[in-house]
Amino acid sequence: MYDSGKIILGLIIFVGLFTSPIWYDLASGKAADKPNLVFPTKEDQKECVNTAEYMREFHMDLLNVWRDEVVRKGVRTYTSNTGKHFEMSLTKTCTGCHSNKAEFCDQCHNYLGVTPYCWNCHVEPHSAEIKR
Amino acid sequence: MNILFSLFAIVIIIVAVTLGVETAKLDFLFGVIIPYAAIATFILGIVLRVIRWARSPVPYHIPTVAGQQKSLKWIKSSKLESPSSTLGVIGRMCLEILLFRSLFRNTKTELKNGPVLAYGSSKYLWLGALAFHWTFFVIVLRHFRYFMEPVPAFVPFLQDLDGFFQVGLPILYASDVIIVAALTFLFLRRVFDSKLRYISLASDYFPLFLILSIAITGILMRYFTRVDIVNVKELALGLFSFHPVIPEGIGVIFYIHLFLVSTLLAYFPFSKLLHMPGIFLSPTRNLANNSRTKRHVNPWEYPVRVHTYEEYEDEFREKMKATGLPLEKELEEK
Repeated sequence: MYDSGKIILGLIIFVGLFTSPIWYDLASGKAADKPNLVFPTKEDQKECVNTAEYMREFHMDLLNVWRDEVVRKGVRTYTSNTGKHFEMSLTKTCTGCHSNKAEFCDQCHNYLGVTPYCWNCHVEPHSAEIKR
Repeated sequence: MNILFSLFAIVIIIVAVTLGVETAKLDFLFGVIIPYAAIATFILGIVLRVIRWARSPVPYHIPTVAGQQKSLKWIKSSKLESPSSTLGVIGRMCLEILLFRSLFRNTKTELKNGPVLAYGSSKYLWLGALAFHWTFFVIVLRHFRYFMEPVPAFVPFLQDLDGFFQVGLPILYASDVIIVAALTFLFLRRVFDSKLRYISLASDYFPLFLILSIAITGILMRYFTRVDIVNVKELALGLFSFHPVIPEGIGVIFYIHLFLVSTLLAYFPFSKLLHMPGIFLSPTRNLANNSRTKRHVNPWEYPVRVHTYEEYEDEFREKMKATGLPLEKELEEK
């Protein structure tokens, strides 16, 4: 093999980069970690605006529509599939039940590196302090 | 024909994985075994290929340059286009790998009415190739949010940059738009240019279709039919930590995406895509243009038995003298 020093160095860099998740996860030791969501407790558990499956996949679309409806059209009432009426408000409706951002929103968002810009404007809820 | 063949291959791949996951419940095969096999093929295949390349000698010093070679002090040399030092070579390689310098020189030759042969600059291939390669790179890097826990800091940085205009929610990534546009251009370029169509093979169309279908399935999952990405990350982390798991309820479109990526990885070491490691081992680019100051010795040169003029004259001196040929060394008088 010619230029074996350079070739081997290059190959080590190549294999290192393409296997970097293995070493990274090994070093962090968090590969088995999963998001651990804390759901609203029994007494303040109300019906959500949609099913859990729908909310898991499409909550961002829903919030985006709500934002546009409220801010641009002034519509504030949302009628769910079950016919119930909700106020279109992140602070009052959503975080009214899911009152701890760190134990609910952040769990999946941090796990997947999602950085939503909700909290650029909205106040972050903290379960103990919230009073409505 | 080549187009249809490649398209058909992609359709077969998609149908196979859909049937395999939906009907035959081969989640473990498509979610664990095939990805592992594909990654192993990719890494091992490239390593072996590079070693095979490194075993073949470079007999001649063949840097292909487009600049003034370093010679006399008062002649200005082109340090990047015609480098004479290692640092210059590194600079030239960076230009080549990061900005596709030589493709920027791409020209087209056309026969115009007259008939006149016209030459002109043609930057569209360079632009399309650069757009495709960079967005693909950014997209691969963004996927590290699935591969690493905790998510490394460069991922949110790239996401913010990529979704700078905050269009829609989930925010539309510029790279998603650009990669589809660039791949479409690179495909149409082969179709509409008759000269290019003539030289295009199935192995030219197949990688284009493959990467395009990977991009489209990814885009579908992000913006349209969602999959449970918490489960997707669990599967990815399982693979990288060698505790493979198949979480319940990941949509079949994810398996299509994964299988297409596996196909790309496994196909890589046997295809034109090898230009990725190959660019580093191109003697026309990675050699310094210093043939005037340093002698390049052919590595497989062996000692050749030569017959010098002195030896020749020694052998034939008397005969040469007899025919009156001039001699360098006269016959010794006896």
